[in-house]
Amino acid sequence: MTPLLEMRDISISFGGIKAVDHVTIDLRPGEVVGLLGHNGAGKSTLIKCLSGAYQADQGQILIEGRPVTIQNPRDARAFNIETIYQTLALSDNLDASANLFLGREMLTPLGFMDDARMEAETRRIMGRLNPNFRKFNVPVSALSGGQRQSVAIARAVYFNAKILIMDEPTAALGPHETQMVAELIQELKAQGLGIILIEHDIHNVMKLCDRASVMKNGQLVGTVKVDEVTDEEILAMIILGKKPVRA
Amino acid sequence: MSDATRRSLADTLELDKRLFGMIIAFAVLCLVFQFQTGGTFLSARNIFNISVQTVSVGIMATGMVFVIVSRNIDLSVGSVLATCSALMGMLQTQWLVPVTGLGTGTTLVVSILLGLGVGTAMGAATGWMVGYQRIPSFIVTLGGLLIWRNVAWYTTNGQSVALRDPRLLAFGGTEGVMGPEWSWVLGGLATLAAAAAVIAARRGKMRHGFLVKPVWAEGLLVAMIAGGILGFVALVNSYEIPVGKLKRMFEAQGMDVPEGYVAYHGLPISVLILVAVAVAMTVIARKTRLGRYIYAIGGNPDAAELSGINTRMMTVKIFALMGFLCGLAALVAQARLQSHGNDIGTLDELKVIAAAVIGGTALAGGVGTIYGALLGALVMQSLQSGMAMIGVDTPFQNIVVGGVLIIAVWIDIFYRKRMGERT
Repeated sequence: MTPLLEMRDISISFGGIKAVDHVTIDLRPGEVVGLLGHNGAGKSTLIKCLSGAYQADQGQILIEGRPVTIQNPRDARAFNIETIYQTLALSDNLDASANLFLGREMLTPLGFMDDARMEAETRRIMGRLNPNFRKFNVPVSALSGGQRQSVAIARAVYFNAKILIMDEPTAALGPHETQMVAELIQELKAQGLGIILIEHDIHNVMKLCDRASVMKNGQLVGTVKVDEVTDEEILAMIILGKKPVRA
Repeated sequence: MSDATRRSLADTLELDKRLFGMIIAFAVLCLVFQFQTGGTFLSARNIFNISVQTVSVGIMATGMVFVIVSRNIDLSVGSVLATCSALMGMLQTQWLVPVTGLGTGTTLVVSILLGLGVGTAMGAATGWMVGYQRIPSFIVTLGGLLIWRNVAWYTTNGQSVALRDPRLLAFGGTEGVMGPEWSWVLGGLATLAAAAAVIAARRGKMRHGFLVKPVWAEGLLVAMIAGGILGFVALVNSYEIPVGKLKRMFEAQGMDVPEGYVAYHGLPISVLILVAVAVAMTVIARKTRLGRYIYAIGGNPDAAELSGINTRMMTVKIFALMGFLCGLAALVAQARLQSHGNDIGTLDELKVIAAAVIGGTALAGGVGTIYGALLGALVMQSLQSGMAMIGVDTPFQNIVVGGVLIIAVWIDIFYRKRMGERT
């Protein structure tokens, strides 16, 4: 089966430092691939090549087997790649609906923004993702961490993503909200999305991911199937850069 | 919050509380001057004059809101205004004369269009240097402040250019008024348009089943808007054209002023231009992608970029719009002064920035309204005019204006902190 996404031999350096060094990963439909490693291992840099925030110096990105060029976030969105950034990338002074549709506003036939329709759509999707969400007409700066997270997630899933990148989606969340995100990931997986999950919590990795790609110092240590390894073996990959030896 | 919570009047009307406070402060200011001047401050004549004097700064202040909201600054607006004015003045009185004739309609139209076009291009150039070359806007426009001021000087050799075309002077104020009948018609139409907008917004919300204000609150809002518009029309309609000027107007037609004839000013054309600019800019801010992106960039430039917004091109557009408005302000300013002088627009950058900031535009970006900036411009002009009327010396006038700017921002920071907003 052709993978949904392949990143082949990607390298990117900043001022002589190789942030990502010949890394190859792939992703199939309905699969969750964990991207693991210490801070500074190059995970965020790698996915930023995919989301259009950076451009790789070298390497190739293939979507459904076809090579593509992603020069900016607009290109990434055109290929149905959506990203939930660790920082959430919300405009704090705008409300939930303005953030959800930022860059893709609904317009009236005259070309003006259709705020009422956008708010109605926002209420619809938020009703599904986070039924307790009520703060539709206040700037997102007035929302709690979990509420802000659900706005960022809503933005990523609303536009029929095929590939979803989640950069530590549960880092700022309480146990209840973390559970909600876990359920959402299962649901999206069942719908056939491919998800790249950057995650530090090893238990979440074991629970949510099908495979795990581990990076250290910009290089790929290896990719393993999660149900064939123990969490100690994954930790050894992250900390020591040692790939488990199997018969 | 339960619906049983008692809501204040401002809440029910969904009025901007900050605006509410500013209007009250402005009203108090007017009353103090009214008392101090023995009743002349709020006379039809003075209100007419203040509104005409506010137009040029007001036009630029609307553009400055976008510039500041997107986390930039433009220190060059007064100088850009001067260059546009110098260019339009020279085109009208010298450069175009051999081609299209002195005082012809073609000359006037071509010079105005060139003035607006060059202003837009100057702004776009600034925006390109800020957006694409990443030079801080403070530096680019500080350089521009010096450059354009002296380009203007060089253009006219430092000489004043007297402007006589009555069609040009009509953009200035006292020389261009609608007269009472047309003023009532326009005032009536504006009131109807405002009411229609309120009703349309209400219908839009109801169609999607959102909560709407009680009908009486919407009615009160419309009544307040109508009262403001029609009150202003009534006032300028009661301002008599002085006898001396009437005489000149009739002499120009080769006639004498009939016995007992009186005429009234009505709405100045320049104020109508300002209103049109304000409405257009408010629509841009609230109803178009351009406006939404300006605020998004101000709130979080990285997020805006990651959302696929071309923030560099946006910077060019924002400054180009600012440049266009400087050109328009130049037209109004030179028409009001009936000449292009070498010092036209001097210190306007400070008045314009102060108007935007007093009107609630946060220098940190992301926050600011067009109507706030206009009210800010009006407060500044009223302060200056009122102090001049009660005989405050010029140095003290400037000291007070400077102090008011700082205090207004201080109150704003205090207010936002209490409301738990970012400053």
